[in-house]
Amino acid sequence: MSELSVRSGGQAGDGIASVGETIARCFSRMGLHVFGLNAYQSVIRGGHVWYHARTGDGRPHSQGDGLDILYALDKQTVDVHSAGLRRGGTVVFDPEKFAVSESELPAGVTALPVPTLEFARKYTSQSILQNAGGIGATAFLAGIPLDLLHQVLQDSFGRKAGDVVTWNLGASAEGYHFAETHASANASAVRKGGAPKLLMTGNQAIALGAAAAGCKFLAQYPMTPASGVLHWLAAHAQSLGIVVKQAEDEIAAINMAIGASFAGVRSMTATSGGGFALMVEALGLAGMTETPVVVVESQRCGPSTGLPTKTEQGDLNMMLGAGQGEFPRAILAPTDAKDAYLATIRAFELAEAWQTPVLLASDLHLSESHFTVDREEVALNLEPSSLFTVPPNGHEYKRYQYTDSGVSPRALPGQPGLQFVAGSDEHDEKGHLVSDTRSGIPRWVAERVQMMDKRMSKLRGLRADSAPPVLEGPAEAPLTFVAWGSTVGPIRDAMAQLASQGKSTNLLYFPTVFPLDPDGIVTALGRTHRTLLIEANYSGQFGRLLRAETGVHLTDRFLKYDGEPFYPHEIVARGLEELDHGGK
Amino acid sequence: MAESSARVVPTPTGSALPLIGKSDTKPTWCPGCGDFGVVAAVEMAVKRLQIPSHNVVIVSGIGCSSNLPHFLSSYGFHGLHGRSLPVAEGIRWANHGLTVIGTGGDGDGFGIGAGHFIHAMRRNVNLTYVTMDNQIYGLTTGQASPTSVMGQKTKSTPTGVIEHPIEPISLALASGATYIARGFSGDVKQLADLVAGGIQHNGFSFIDVFSPCVTYNKINTFDFFRQRVYKLESAGHDPSDIVAAFARSLEWGDKIPIGLFYKTDRPTYEDLEEVLAAGPLALQPSGIKGRNDVLDEFV
Repeated sequence: MSELSVRSGGQAGDGIASVGETIARCFSRMGLHVFGLNAYQSVIRGGHVWYHARTGDGRPHSQGDGLDILYALDKQTVDVHSAGLRRGGTVVFDPEKFAVSESELPAGVTALPVPTLEFARKYTSQSILQNAGGIGATAFLAGIPLDLLHQVLQDSFGRKAGDVVTWNLGASAEGYHFAETHASANASAVRKGGAPKLLMTGNQAIALGAAAAGCKFLAQYPMTPASGVLHWLAAHAQSLGIVVKQAEDEIAAINMAIGASFAGVRSMTATSGGGFALMVEALGLAGMTETPVVVVESQRCGPSTGLPTKTEQGDLNMMLGAGQGEFPRAILAPTDAKDAYLATIRAFELAEAWQTPVLLASDLHLSESHFTVDREEVALNLEPSSLFTVPPNGHEYKRYQYTDSGVSPRALPGQPGLQFVAGSDEHDEKGHLVSDTRSGIPRWVAERVQMMDKRMSKLRGLRADSAPPVLEGPAEAPLTFVAWGSTVGPIRDAMAQLASQGKSTNLLYFPTVFPLDPDGIVTALGRTHRTLLIEANYSGQFGRLLRAETGVHLTDRFLKYDGEPFYPHEIVARGLEELDHGGK
Repeated sequence: MAESSARVVPTPTGSALPLIGKSDTKPTWCPGCGDFGVVAAVEMAVKRLQIPSHNVVIVSGIGCSSNLPHFLSSYGFHGLHGRSLPVAEGIRWANHGLTVIGTGGDGDGFGIGAGHFIHAMRRNVNLTYVTMDNQIYGLTTGQASPTSVMGQKTKSTPTGVIEHPIEPISLALASGATYIARGFSGDVKQLADLVAGGIQHNGFSFIDVFSPCVTYNKINTFDFFRQRVYKLESAGHDPSDIVAAFARSLEWGDKIPIGLFYKTDRPTYEDLEEVLAAGPLALQPSGIKGRNDVLDEFV
């Protein structure tokens, strides 16, 4: 695919994310697919942050490898990023702030000094307006029409005070015309594609999916990188009729969600690993009381506080094992925004059908990156049913009645004549405690086993209801990448690069990481020739799970735990090693 | 899954439907336990207010007293140690047509659950929280609790407690609860009045109950309290005066006050949560079918 990558960098507080998102939105509004990577640090002002927007005539699945236009708000941006510039690329900077000589840039890369501060001063003393001139120059180089840029800027300021909009339009036009006069557009400059696409983060797709699934209640405690779910739903709570509660901690958040679900609304909580660690006991509460709840676990670099703004897939072991004792659960792992929308809906369906907690395993790379989706990919066509239904049995209601599927009729508080107590202690079919005066008595020992079997039997149904592994690419390829979650994106891009070199590879990924279907997986893996397991963690946690469930040991692994997303070129290099030399 | 789509909606209060009563589960508390008086008072209060049992949810944590929901005929949620209040809040926000009563002990509410206690009060969630305060851990066989008195010897403090006890009434006053009372399980009639008043109050109602543990607490016994308690209403206390209430809450010794310490009116969380103005959340439509305007912001 023909592609164009634009990167802007500077210090936190410089407005980099907003510069980058403006460029990304111009592309998506031109009908082009975009991948936007927002790279930042755990600091509010200072440090070094950048935003990378990648577009082209295909669908980018990751941030890709090189870049074509670098808008540098400080010298550090040039020092850190200029090596990635492709031939024909350009560095946009303001010579009033620092100098860039072409001798320090890769061959064939141009330095374009743009007097952005000078443009800004014509309108205001607020130096942040320099960004408008920089955006204008960058937009010209990228092939974005000025009127489209202006529409995007106008929309992003909304109905705010007119002056700010006027200044931005003026300064960006000056930057645009300056670049037009002093430089040529990049050779890969974009052209308008089809209908405008939707630009959203993974977190926004999750929030949208939750709303579509009929979620009426979110309780959450702020934690990067899951906070975007809270922010989007809080902003739309009134319009969509969803109660959004910022709880005092994650323990409260999940218990609130469980309480709300018990009382008859679809409920969710979202967090990252540290918060999920606090939710662990309540996850079992949902399992024991058979209360549906959806938990979004957006992973970041651990352990402990780790690298709060960097990505990892290091929490799978915790998600698998969270909770004392055993209870049924499912863990879904979406790969991109459109998948996150659908997987969230699926999570609600599974939780409700099987009356048990369902985890949605995201990570920073999925939660906070920007993706484009087509409107039809997020069609808002679901009509969630009422949860108030008449339990099917007649005279004597038993909330935890033994059934073949393990799922018992669920009554909700407020329904006359069906009162029961949901208990975290072991209980009988009616919900009466077995734990106090009955445990250890032979009849109740047997009852405990029967109730445990009933709950755990739901795993069969969960497994049958869950999405099986997906094989992408030529079935007979000599190398199969094995992955889950957001790493699928860069693998797809790497496969395209390998294909352009005449190397055939395919991908086996797992939309459901638990429960797995061992027989199906053994069959699927049996058809592969050579595999390379790719995970963003230290120990190959999913590989260990696969081995435990199937006995198949994937020995060739590409594991990364540096906090950075996988780059396609890294996967290409490892893939070539596997293909050419039989791997390590 | 339930097959029928027929909808049964929660009904408003009225006496046509069965009122609360005892369930078919007998309490398992030790003979003479203070908690018998509390369950009797809760039953009396709910019955007196004619709230049908299917519209009542009693939510508890873990501990001897947290078994209470099993002994009455309403809906119940017997959750995790210390986590009754977040569950109770979630239930209220999902269906504020329900009467929600939290029950539990001092370890559950003021130890492991202290953070939730404070935040539920500042939110003024409209629920009634009854703590059976026996100043000891009972179900774990006699360790010190957050309200055990200084010097008390327990299994975990063989040489005596060296931490100042939490004063739940003072804490509630400082945290923003809008109905704050103290009862004594030796006076079930007054306790039932206090619980009924709490249920009727629009806001967070907290009733701390001296509910002696006859097995593990040999200091704070029924006799200890019988000799010391006096009623605030007979002592001319003005429950609208928060400063006076605070002063009364610090009284401990020969004279210990019981009754209504403080009552005020402040909008509840449910009053201020605009989404709930359209009625109980559980009865509102769900989903965003056809709301394509929601997608426009992503263009």
